[in-house]
Amino acid sequence: MSDQEGARKGKGGTVFVRVEVCKGCSFCIDFCPTHCLEFSHGYNKKGYHYPVLTRPEDCTGCDMCGQYCPDFAIFGVRLKDLEARQRAATPEPLIPSQP
Amino acid sequence: MSSEWTNAELIQQYGIENPVMPYLRQDRLPHIWCPGCGIGTTVNCFTRALSESKLNLDEVVIVSGIGCTGRVAGYMNLDSFHTTHGRAIPFATGLKLANPKLKVVVYSGDGDLSAIGGNHLVHAARRNMDLMVVCVNNFTYGMTGGQVAPTTPLGPTQTTMPYGNFETPFNLPFLADACGAVYVARWTIYHVRQLAKAMKEGLEKKGFVFIEAMSPCPTLYSRRNRLGDGVDQVKYYKERSIIRNGADTKEVGLSFQGEIVVGKFVDRERPTWLESMNEHLGRVLGDKFTPYGV
Ligand code: SF4
Ligand code: SF4
Ligand code: SF4
Repeated sequence: MSDQEGARKGKGGTVFVRVEVCKGCSFCIDFCPTHCLEFSHGYNKKGYHYPVLTRPEDCTGCDMCGQYCPDFAIFGVRLKDLEARQRAATPEPLIPSQP
Repeated sequence: MSSEWTNAELIQQYGIENPVMPYLRQDRLPHIWCPGCGIGTTVNCFTRALSESKLNLDEVVIVSGIGCTGRVAGYMNLDSFHTTHGRAIPFATGLKLANPKLKVVVYSGDGDLSAIGGNHLVHAARRNMDLMVVCVNNFTYGMTGGQVAPTTPLGPTQTTMPYGNFETPFNLPFLADACGAVYVARWTIYHVRQLAKAMKEGLEKKGFVFIEAMSPCPTLYSRRNRLGDGVDQVKYYKERSIIRNGADTKEVGLSFQGEIVVGKFVDRERPTWLESMNEHLGRVLGDKFTPYGV
């Protein structure tokens, strides 16, 4: 999943894929409005190809893939929401550490 | 993080999770449905409807019958009941009348609801029992091996119709409408947003709500009829469905791989069974009667 994490900041979105629960139905790939997912070359443990975000610049984080996935294996998130959540999850220290 | 992260790890590291997860019993996942089966997608829509409806989830109950769709109750993180075959609606009726503040959802398949439980469907709609019924229609009996169902269109083969089905199928929205349902809609799993919205409206509606969700069964129905994978059926839904809100339900019958009319067909007001009882007995008995469940 590391190559699919939100490396870009600000605009757009990214997806999180739980590779091992995917059953390779391709709903997410076929019905992503911006066609930014593709099947992996490799297989998961159950022998299915799973989706990979091959055009991350096109992903809007709309979560249509998440709404289509019958196995709850993928979801999309807007980068700005992701950053906000991450900040909330790891609050800034009140007293900044001295250099 | 490795590719085998769990929901808990994701929350810990990013402070986010898949928005459906809080509504599911995660210890029961992965579920048993086949690859490309659409039932999971309908569940996905249902969780979005629950989250948007802002209902108190302690007062929402889900009841399923038997069949592949009957498994839904077991995966939802709600009070849930897995009842005997066809008896989801009478069970739900009892729940609703014993505790009228509950929102009771019946979630089952076409076979369970319209064949084995057909009589219950008809009468709950006639009485306008305050229930939301989600009927996942995949044109077949999935769990028992692909027998012909009352919804199977004319033409396709099934294990019990090896030369093709010759029985006229039910037109479920017409059936529900004619029996008196106050809200009738049909969507396919291609229409995830609309299906979720219909379910949300259904959760908010008082009275008998009937939502038909068309969903592929790639393992039995599609394979036997050489219709490809689940995704090929969803592409067919995409290509051949026509949105016609308010359509006359008489005209929305389905044919084999033909046009699919989808939309919200009926949305009207009628007193529910409890309202009618209170009104009637209040009038007849006067002060001797205490209204129930208001
Ligand atoms: S979040 Fe939206 S744009 Fe991104 S992969 Fe999913 S469906 Fe496509
Ligand atoms: S929709 Fe879900 S199960 Fe299907 S290929 Fe995409 S991630 Fe896998
Ligand atoms: S048999 Fe058909 S309906 Fe049942 S889980 Fe498999 S694909 Fe879905």
